[in-house]
Amino acid sequence: MAKIIVVTSGKGGVGKTTSTAAIGAGLAMRGHKTVVIDFDVGLRNLDMIMGCERRVVFDFINVIQGDAKLKQALIKDRRLENLAILPTSQTRDKDALTREGVGKVLDELREDFDYIICDSPAGIERGAYLAMYYADEAVVVTNPEVSSVRDSDRVLGLLSSKTHLAEKGEGGVKSHLLLTRYDPKRVASGEMMKVEDILEILSIPLLGIIPESTAVLKASNVGTPVTFDTKSNAGKAYEDAVSRLDGEQIEMRIKPERPGLFQRLLRRTA
Amino acid sequence: MLSFFRRKRDTHSADTAKDRLQILLAHERTDRSAPDFLPMLQRDILAVIERYMRVGGDSVDIKMERGDDLSTLEINIELPGDRKLQTRGAA
Repeated sequence: MAKIIVVTSGKGGVGKTTSTAAIGAGLAMRGHKTVVIDFDVGLRNLDMIMGCERRVVFDFINVIQGDAKLKQALIKDRRLENLAILPTSQTRDKDALTREGVGKVLDELREDFDYIICDSPAGIERGAYLAMYYADEAVVVTNPEVSSVRDSDRVLGLLSSKTHLAEKGEGGVKSHLLLTRYDPKRVASGEMMKVEDILEILSIPLLGIIPESTAVLKASNVGTPVTFDTKSNAGKAYEDAVSRLDGEQIEMRIKPERPGLFQRLLRRTA
Repeated sequence: MLSFFRRKRDTHSADTAKDRLQILLAHERTDRSAPDFLPMLQRDILAVIERYMRVGGDSVDIKMERGDDLSTLEINIELPGDRKLQTRGAA
Protein backbone atom coordinates (compact mmCIF):
# COMPACT_ATOMS: atom_id res chain seq x y z
CA MET A 1 0.00 0.00 0.00
CA ALA A 2 1.17 3.50 -0.81
CA LYS A 3 2.67 5.49 2.02
CA ILE A 4 2.32 9.27 2.32
CA ILE A 5 5.27 10.93 4.04
CA VAL A 6 5.41 14.65 4.85
CA VAL A 7 8.76 16.41 5.15
CA THR A 8 8.17 19.28 7.53
CA SER A 9 9.89 21.49 10.12
CA GLY A 10 8.04 24.67 10.99
CA LYS A 11 11.21 26.70 10.57
CA GLY A 12 12.40 27.76 7.15
CA GLY A 13 15.79 27.06 5.65
CA VAL A 14 16.56 23.90 7.61
CA GLY A 15 16.62 21.61 4.56
CA LYS A 16 13.08 20.41 3.85
CA THR A 17 13.30 20.66 0.08
CA THR A 18 16.83 19.26 -0.04
CA SER A 19 15.66 16.36 2.14
CA THR A 20 12.51 15.78 0.08
CA ALA A 21 14.58 15.53 -3.10
CA ALA A 22 17.21 13.33 -1.45
CA ILE A 23 14.66 10.98 0.15
CA GLY A 24 12.56 10.79 -3.02
CA ALA A 25 15.61 9.93 -5.13
CA GLY A 26 16.83 7.45 -2.51
CA LEU A 27 13.53 5.58 -2.42
CA ALA A 28 13.38 5.48 -6.23
CA MET A 29 16.96 4.15 -6.32
CA ARG A 30 15.78 1.33 -4.05
CA GLY A 31 13.21 0.41 -6.68
CA HIS A 32 10.10 2.06 -5.24
CA LYS A 33 7.78 4.07 -7.43
CA THR A 34 8.05 7.47 -5.81
CA VAL A 35 6.53 10.90 -6.36
CA VAL A 36 7.62 14.14 -4.68
CA ILE A 37 5.06 16.94 -4.33
CA ASP A 38 5.72 20.62 -3.74
CA PHE A 39 3.20 22.19 -1.31
CA ASP A 40 4.88 25.60 -1.22
CA VAL A 41 2.36 27.36 -3.47
CA GLY A 42 3.69 30.66 -4.82
CA LEU A 43 7.29 29.89 -3.86
CA ARG A 44 8.00 26.67 -5.68
CA ASN A 45 11.52 25.34 -5.46
CA LEU A 46 11.39 21.58 -5.48
CA ASP A 47 11.50 21.72 -9.30
CA MET A 48 14.84 23.60 -9.13
CA ILE A 49 16.37 21.22 -6.59
CA MET A 50 15.23 18.27 -8.72
CA GLY A 51 16.55 20.00 -11.86
CA CYS A 52 13.34 19.93 -13.90
CA GLU A 53 12.39 23.61 -13.63
CA ARG A 54 12.41 24.11 -17.37
CA ARG A 55 9.92 21.34 -17.99
CA VAL A 56 7.04 22.50 -15.80
CA VAL A 57 3.85 22.78 -17.83
CA PHE A 58 0.92 22.10 -15.52
CA ASP A 59 1.02 22.00 -11.76
CA PHE A 60 -0.65 20.69 -8.60
CA ILE A 61 -3.09 23.64 -8.54
CA ASN A 62 -4.10 23.09 -12.18
CA VAL A 63 -4.93 19.50 -11.25
CA ILE A 64 -6.89 20.48 -8.12
CA GLN A 65 -8.89 23.02 -10.11
CA GLY A 66 -9.58 20.58 -12.93
CA ASP A 67 -7.57 22.49 -15.57
CA ALA A 68 -5.23 19.57 -16.19
CA LYS A 69 -5.11 15.85 -15.64
CA LEU A 70 -2.72 14.51 -13.02
CA LYS A 71 -0.86 12.58 -15.74
CA GLN A 72 -0.16 15.83 -17.57
CA ALA A 73 1.22 17.61 -14.51
CA LEU A 74 3.55 14.83 -13.36
CA ILE A 75 7.12 15.30 -14.58
CA LYS A 76 9.11 12.12 -15.03
CA ASP A 77 12.64 12.29 -13.72
CA ARG A 78 15.17 11.81 -16.52
CA ARG A 79 17.66 9.94 -14.35
CA LEU A 80 15.38 7.57 -12.46
CA GLU A 81 12.49 5.82 -14.13
CA ASN A 82 10.70 5.30 -10.80
CA LEU A 83 10.73 8.95 -9.82
CA ALA A 84 8.20 11.69 -10.63
CA ILE A 85 7.73 15.29 -9.53
CA LEU A 86 4.47 17.15 -9.06
CA PRO A 87 5.41 20.83 -9.08
CA THR A 88 3.25 23.52 -7.55
CA SER A 89 2.09 26.85 -8.94
CA GLN A 90 4.42 29.83 -8.87
CA THR A 91 1.67 32.39 -9.49
CA ARG A 92 -1.17 31.42 -7.16
CA ASP A 93 -1.29 31.55 -3.37
CA LYS A 94 -1.95 28.97 -0.69
CA ASP A 95 -5.72 29.57 -0.77
CA ALA A 96 -5.76 27.60 -4.02
CA LEU A 97 -5.14 24.46 -1.95
CA THR A 98 -8.29 22.83 -0.59
CA ARG A 99 -8.46 19.85 1.73
CA GLU A 100 -10.78 17.96 -0.61
CA GLY A 101 -8.66 18.80 -3.67
CA VAL A 102 -5.44 17.66 -2.01
CA GLY A 103 -7.16 14.48 -0.80
CA LYS A 104 -8.40 13.64 -4.29
CA VAL A 105 -4.98 14.09 -5.89
CA LEU A 106 -3.30 12.00 -3.17
CA ASP A 107 -5.88 9.22 -3.63
CA GLU A 108 -5.16 9.16 -7.35
CA LEU A 109 -1.40 9.05 -6.70
CA ARG A 110 -1.85 6.17 -4.23
CA GLU A 111 -2.92 3.97 -7.13
CA ASP A 112 0.33 4.43 -9.04
CA PHE A 113 3.03 5.03 -6.47
CA ASP A 114 4.57 3.25 -3.47
CA TYR A 115 5.76 6.42 -1.78
CA ILE A 116 4.29 9.93 -1.91
CA ILE A 117 6.63 12.51 -0.40
CA CYS A 118 5.06 15.88 0.47
CA ASP A 119 7.45 18.83 0.69
CA SER A 120 5.89 21.19 3.23
CA PRO A 121 6.34 24.96 3.16
CA ALA A 122 7.79 26.61 6.24
CA GLY A 123 5.37 27.85 8.87
CA ILE A 124 2.21 26.27 10.18
CA GLU A 125 -0.32 27.95 7.89
CA ARG A 126 -2.57 26.42 5.26
CA GLY A 127 0.15 24.99 2.99
CA ALA A 128 1.99 23.31 5.85
CA TYR A 129 -1.27 22.12 7.40
CA LEU A 130 -2.46 20.48 4.18
CA ALA A 131 0.96 18.96 3.46
CA MET A 132 0.77 17.06 6.76
CA TYR A 133 -2.98 16.47 6.93
CA TYR A 134 -3.14 13.17 5.00
CA ALA A 135 0.33 11.90 5.99
CA ASP A 136 0.95 8.40 7.34
CA GLU A 137 4.43 9.33 8.52
CA ALA A 138 6.41 12.52 9.01
CA VAL A 139 10.07 13.40 8.65
CA VAL A 140 10.71 16.36 10.92
CA VAL A 141 13.80 18.16 9.64
CA THR A 142 15.68 19.88 12.44
CA ASN A 143 18.96 21.77 12.78
CA PRO A 144 20.92 21.53 16.04
CA GLU A 145 19.91 25.07 16.95
CA VAL A 146 17.41 26.40 19.50
CA SER A 147 14.79 28.00 17.24
CA SER A 148 14.69 25.00 14.92
CA VAL A 149 14.21 22.54 17.80
CA ARG A 150 11.49 24.71 19.29
CA ASP A 151 9.64 24.93 15.96
CA SER A 152 9.97 21.16 15.45
CA ASP A 153 8.33 20.63 18.84
CA ARG A 154 5.44 22.84 17.75
CA VAL A 155 5.08 20.90 14.50
CA LEU A 156 5.12 17.58 16.38
CA GLY A 157 2.19 18.87 18.39
CA LEU A 158 0.27 19.57 15.19
CA LEU A 159 1.16 16.18 13.73
CA SER A 160 -0.41 14.47 16.71
CA SER A 161 -3.57 16.60 16.77
CA LYS A 162 -4.40 18.29 13.47
CA THR A 163 -4.03 15.47 10.99
CA HIS A 164 -6.35 12.93 9.41
CA LEU A 165 -4.88 10.09 11.49
CA ALA A 166 -5.25 12.12 14.69
CA GLU A 167 -8.85 12.99 13.89
CA LYS A 168 -9.63 9.33 13.26
CA GLY A 169 -8.29 8.62 16.75
CA GLU A 170 -5.36 6.59 15.49
CA GLY A 171 -2.80 8.44 17.54
CA GLY A 172 -1.48 10.91 15.02
CA VAL A 173 1.27 10.65 12.45
CA LYS A 174 4.33 8.48 13.06
CA SER A 175 7.16 11.00 13.24
CA HIS A 176 10.89 10.64 12.68
CA LEU A 177 13.65 13.13 13.38
CA LEU A 178 16.07 14.01 10.61
CA LEU A 179 18.90 16.06 12.02
CA THR A 180 20.53 18.18 9.31
CA ARG A 181 23.56 20.49 9.14
CA TYR A 182 25.15 18.55 11.97
CA ASP A 183 28.77 19.47 12.56
CA PRO A 184 30.61 16.84 14.66
CA LYS A 185 33.57 19.17 15.14
CA ARG A 186 31.46 21.90 16.68
CA VAL A 187 29.63 19.30 18.77
CA ALA A 188 32.99 18.02 20.04
CA SER A 189 34.03 21.52 21.02
CA GLY A 190 30.75 22.03 22.86
CA GLU A 191 29.47 24.76 20.54
CA MET A 192 26.64 22.70 19.11
CA MET A 193 23.97 20.58 20.80
CA LYS A 194 24.56 16.82 20.64
CA VAL A 195 22.21 14.38 18.93
CA GLU A 196 21.34 12.98 22.36
CA ASP A 197 20.36 16.43 23.65
CA ILE A 198 17.93 16.98 20.80
CA LEU A 199 16.49 13.47 21.06
CA GLU A 200 15.98 13.99 24.77
CA ILE A 201 14.03 17.19 24.14
CA LEU A 202 11.90 16.04 21.21
CA SER A 203 11.68 12.34 22.16
CA ILE A 204 10.94 10.90 18.73
CA PRO A 205 12.91 8.19 16.93
CA LEU A 206 15.95 9.30 14.95
CA LEU A 207 15.85 8.67 11.22
CA GLY A 208 19.26 10.04 10.36
CA ILE A 209 21.99 12.59 10.90
CA ILE A 210 23.04 14.59 7.87
CA PRO A 211 26.42 16.25 8.39
CA GLU A 212 27.07 19.78 7.23
CA SER A 213 28.53 19.23 3.77
CA THR A 214 29.67 21.15 0.73
CA ALA A 215 27.96 18.51 -1.39
CA VAL A 216 24.52 19.95 -0.55
CA LEU A 217 25.14 23.36 -2.14
CA LYS A 218 26.84 21.72 -5.10
CA ALA A 219 23.84 19.44 -5.63
CA SER A 220 21.39 22.32 -5.50
CA ASN A 221 23.56 24.39 -7.88
CA VAL A 222 23.23 21.75 -10.56
CA GLY A 223 19.74 20.48 -9.74
CA THR A 224 20.65 16.96 -8.64
CA PRO A 225 19.36 15.31 -5.46
CA VAL A 226 22.36 14.94 -3.14
CA THR A 227 21.70 11.19 -2.81
CA PHE A 228 23.23 10.81 -6.29
CA ASP A 229 26.52 12.05 -4.86
CA THR A 230 27.26 8.65 -3.36
CA LYS A 231 30.81 9.66 -2.46
CA SER A 232 29.79 12.57 -0.24
CA ASN A 233 29.07 12.18 3.46
CA ALA A 234 25.71 13.91 3.07
CA GLY A 235 24.77 11.60 0.19
CA LYS A 236 25.70 8.53 2.22
CA ALA A 237 23.86 9.82 5.28
CA TYR A 238 20.69 10.34 3.22
CA GLU A 239 21.08 6.87 1.75
CA ASP A 240 21.19 5.43 5.28
CA ALA A 241 18.18 7.49 6.38
CA VAL A 242 16.21 6.27 3.37
CA SER A 243 17.07 2.65 4.17
CA ARG A 244 15.74 3.16 7.69
CA LEU A 245 12.60 4.82 6.37
CA ASP A 246 12.18 1.76 4.18
CA GLY A 247 12.33 -0.51 7.24
CA GLU A 248 15.98 -1.53 7.35
CA GLN A 249 17.96 -1.55 10.58
CA ILE A 250 21.15 0.38 10.01
CA GLU A 251 23.61 1.54 12.58
CA MET A 252 23.74 5.29 13.10
CA ARG A 253 27.12 6.58 12.06
CA ILE A 254 28.44 10.07 11.86
CA LYS A 255 31.49 9.99 9.72
CA PRO A 256 33.88 12.69 10.72
CA GLU A 257 35.04 14.79 7.80
CA ARG A 258 38.33 13.36 6.61
CA PRO A 259 40.99 15.88 7.42
CA GLY A 260 42.65 17.33 4.35
CA LEU A 261 46.30 16.73 3.54
CA PHE A 262 47.19 20.17 4.83
CA GLN A 263 45.41 19.60 8.14
CA ARG A 264 47.03 16.19 8.53
CA LEU A 265 50.46 17.71 8.00
CA LEU A 266 49.66 20.43 10.51
CA ARG A 267 48.50 17.86 13.03
CA ARG A 268 51.69 15.89 12.57
CA THR A 269 53.86 18.90 13.20
CA ALA A 270 51.75 20.03 16.14
CA MET B 1 47.96 22.02 -8.18
CA LEU B 2 45.23 19.79 -6.80
CA SER B 3 43.43 22.69 -5.20
CA PHE B 4 43.62 24.54 -8.50
CA PHE B 5 41.65 21.81 -10.23
CA ARG B 6 39.19 21.57 -7.41
CA ARG B 7 38.54 25.28 -7.42
CA LYS B 8 37.83 25.13 -11.12
CA ARG B 9 35.25 22.39 -10.69
CA ASP B 10 33.53 24.21 -7.83
CA THR B 11 33.09 27.45 -9.75
CA HIS B 12 31.67 25.27 -12.48
CA SER B 13 28.71 24.24 -10.31
CA ALA B 14 28.20 27.87 -9.22
CA ASP B 15 28.17 28.90 -12.88
CA THR B 16 25.56 26.27 -13.58
CA ALA B 17 23.47 27.69 -10.73
CA LYS B 18 23.70 31.20 -12.19
CA ASP B 19 22.79 30.04 -15.70
CA ARG B 20 19.81 28.05 -14.48
CA LEU B 21 18.51 30.99 -12.46
CA GLN B 22 18.95 33.49 -15.28
CA ILE B 23 16.98 31.37 -17.71
CA LEU B 24 14.26 30.52 -15.22
CA LEU B 25 13.82 34.04 -13.89
CA ALA B 26 13.72 35.56 -17.37
CA HIS B 27 10.73 33.32 -18.08
CA GLU B 28 9.09 33.87 -14.71
CA ARG B 29 9.32 37.65 -14.90
CA THR B 30 7.57 37.76 -18.24
CA ASP B 31 5.03 35.09 -17.27
CA ARG B 32 4.08 36.78 -14.02
CA SER B 33 1.76 39.37 -15.58
CA ALA B 34 0.31 36.98 -18.13
CA PRO B 35 -2.59 34.70 -17.26
CA ASP B 36 -1.99 30.98 -16.93
CA PHE B 37 -2.55 30.33 -20.61
CA LEU B 38 -1.67 26.65 -20.94
CA PRO B 39 -4.99 25.26 -19.62
CA MET B 40 -6.81 27.63 -21.97
CA LEU B 41 -4.59 26.66 -24.87
CA GLN B 42 -5.28 23.02 -24.17
CA ARG B 43 -9.02 23.60 -24.05
CA ASP B 44 -8.97 25.50 -27.34
CA ILE B 45 -6.84 22.88 -29.11
CA LEU B 46 -9.23 20.16 -27.98
CA ALA B 47 -12.25 22.18 -29.12
CA VAL B 48 -10.77 22.64 -32.60
CA ILE B 49 -9.84 18.97 -32.98
CA GLU B 50 -13.22 17.81 -31.74
CA ARG B 51 -14.83 19.65 -34.61
CA TYR B 52 -13.24 17.08 -36.90
CA MET B 53 -12.50 14.02 -34.76
CA ARG B 54 -13.60 12.41 -31.55
CA VAL B 55 -10.85 12.69 -28.98
CA GLY B 56 -10.98 12.65 -25.20
CA GLY B 57 -9.48 15.14 -22.77
CA ASP B 58 -6.93 12.51 -21.77
CA SER B 59 -5.44 12.25 -25.22
CA VAL B 60 -3.70 15.63 -25.26
CA ASP B 61 -0.23 15.83 -23.82
CA ILE B 62 1.58 19.17 -23.64
CA LYS B 63 5.29 19.34 -22.92
CA MET B 64 7.40 22.44 -22.55
CA GLU B 65 11.15 22.93 -22.49
CA ARG B 66 12.34 26.41 -21.57
CA GLY B 67 15.64 27.37 -23.12
CA ASP B 68 17.93 30.35 -23.17
CA ASP B 69 17.14 31.63 -26.65
CA LEU B 70 14.42 29.23 -27.55
CA SER B 71 11.60 27.44 -25.78
CA THR B 72 9.73 24.56 -27.32
CA LEU B 73 6.14 23.59 -26.83
CA GLU B 74 5.41 20.01 -27.81
CA ILE B 75 1.80 18.97 -28.20
CA ASN B 76 0.96 15.31 -28.70
CA ILE B 77 -2.56 14.31 -29.54
CA GLU B 78 -3.46 10.67 -29.44
CA LEU B 79 -5.96 9.92 -32.17
CA PRO B 80 -8.31 6.96 -31.92
CA GLY B 81 -7.33 4.04 -34.19
CA ASP B 82 -9.42 2.92 -37.17
CA ARG B 83 -10.91 -0.03 -35.37
CA LYS B 84 -12.07 2.12 -32.47
CA LEU B 85 -13.64 4.57 -34.92
CA GLN B 86 -15.47 1.80 -36.77
CA THR B 87 -16.97 0.22 -33.66
CA ARG B 88 -17.99 3.61 -32.47
CA GLY B 89 -19.59 4.29 -35.85
CA ALA B 90 -21.47 0.98 -35.75
CA ALA B 91 -22.83 1.51 -32.28
